[in-house]
Amino acid sequence: MPNVLTYAEVRGGDLRKISLESVSTARALADAYGGEVHVVLTGGPGVGSHTGTLGEHGADAVFVTEHEALAQYNPEALSALVADRARNAYAAVLIGASARGKDLAPRVAAKLGAAILSDVTSLRLDGDALVATHPVYTGKVLATLRLTAGDAAAVVSLRPGAFSATPAPRTARVEGVPPSGDPTAVRVQVKETTTADSRKLDLAEAPVIVSGGRGLKAAENFKLVEDLAAAFGNAAVGATRAVTDDGWRPHSDQIGQTGRQVSPELYVAVGISGAIQHIAGMRASRCIVAINKDAEAPIFKVADYGIVGDVFEVVPALTAAIRELRARP
Amino acid sequence: MKIAVCIKRVPEMDVKFRIAASGKAVDEMGLKWDMSDFDGYAVEAALQMVEKLGTGEVVVVSLGPDATQEVLRKALSMGATRAVHLKSDQVPFDSAAIATALAAELKDGGYDLIMFGKMAIDSASGATGVMVGETLGLPTVHGCSKLEIATGRGSARRELEGGAEEVTFPLPAVVTIDEGIARPRYPSLKGIMAAKKKPMDTKPAQLGTVRVTVDAMALPPERAAGRIVGEGAAAVPELVRLLQTEAKVV
Repeated sequence: MPNVLTYAEVRGGDLRKISLESVSTARALADAYGGEVHVVLTGGPGVGSHTGTLGEHGADAVFVTEHEALAQYNPEALSALVADRARNAYAAVLIGASARGKDLAPRVAAKLGAAILSDVTSLRLDGDALVATHPVYTGKVLATLRLTAGDAAAVVSLRPGAFSATPAPRTARVEGVPPSGDPTAVRVQVKETTTADSRKLDLAEAPVIVSGGRGLKAAENFKLVEDLAAAFGNAAVGATRAVTDDGWRPHSDQIGQTGRQVSPELYVAVGISGAIQHIAGMRASRCIVAINKDAEAPIFKVADYGIVGDVFEVVPALTAAIRELRARP
Repeated sequence: MKIAVCIKRVPEMDVKFRIAASGKAVDEMGLKWDMSDFDGYAVEAALQMVEKLGTGEVVVVSLGPDATQEVLRKALSMGATRAVHLKSDQVPFDSAAIATALAAELKDGGYDLIMFGKMAIDSASGATGVMVGETLGLPTVHGCSKLEIATGRGSARRELEGGAEEVTFPLPAVVTIDEGIARPRYPSLKGIMAAKKKPMDTKPAQLGTVRVTVDAMALPPERAAGRIVGEGAAAVPELVRLLQTEAKVV
């Protein structure tokens, strides 16, 4: 019976949203195959506590590996572990295309001698082939790709936010698994992980993104964007390439053609003119709001709602309004 | 220090793409081509490393049709030592098949470092470099925004969602390059002249089995035209009302 394997990403002890999106997607695929959903869950001691949540989203079995050397991302040990599990006659291996998943998925595919579909936004079974949508040409074209089944499991990485996490409760079988080889004897060693702010929401996971451009005029004025994000309470902060190139914000915050491609429920563009390189990164957002002093700015062509005005006047007013709305019982 | 940099010829992205009559590709008519953005950063980073050491060579490798030689020639004019063209009239949408061909070429090259851009800007898979590293059994680091090589070891920084990782690894190794590492130089006139005499080795690409194919390509649905709610801070209450009642996002 063809089963589907998926990987649960845990960061800082927390199960990432993409992990549940992956389990739900695996559930739908396994139902099409008539098989089970199995999950690889790895991390430091205690990571096994997440098995219940995985079962609630449709996992039939969870293979848990707890080891200090897996507490942070360990590409060599982790890819060996996932590939070893995947050799047990799986039809497909689904991995969330987070920064880590984008590293893990091709490693697993190469170890298995498998074909890979990367960063897909839809996935279905057609006969024994997998058919997926993958945005190409910086999101300006959507490719429908077909992966023909081979001897090894097909590896698919899933774009965060493109699939929904839906409950499909069951009690998952739990099995402890030792690491594949010695997870401390690896060549690529992660020496340090820096987090800008642990409370900071991930661009891939935040329902709201407030993003700033050159119209803010100086790095310190990004506080306007941060304050608006804080008022929403569920918002992450993004930036244009002009802003990250100038060092106002880190490169990891860049939304656009060469940066992150996001699809939040609400995207607020503050002082962003709307260069096509930027629009390539945010056009898939459900609702776009633009605030810009130039009524001719191209951002207004993609925005659902626009306010023409000075960001230094409009943004604080919007922040106050959202804060007041959020304070209401 | 012997460095290989794998690059890809891609169309420039600042255009409105059209779909070809086959429905399975973009219409290439009128497109301008260049090396993929991230590959340019990788070439520049490799050149700077060799220049800093004062010794070594940078070999650029690309898989694709005859026109691929244009981007290899550009890399030579930036300062690369020689080029290898793995000829394939089609570049499949299959990272594994391409990685197989590249790994076969690179395997016995005696490279200390094999570099890639973190992804090709057209096919946007970001898998080939890592798959080559795994296929060759070399330490592999994906998406380096900083890279330093000293005494047989490398250290790199990888950008993550809301953070970064600092990693170290021994050479030989495979790395893929993210933005922020180095801005590619423009070829000088002298460089362009010199590139004409640099060696370009062409051989057929030994692609692996192609298992990923294109069913269709399509343009994404256009966003419906939005509206200007108003001007200045006075428009804020109406905006908030629309976000609540119409868009239902707050």
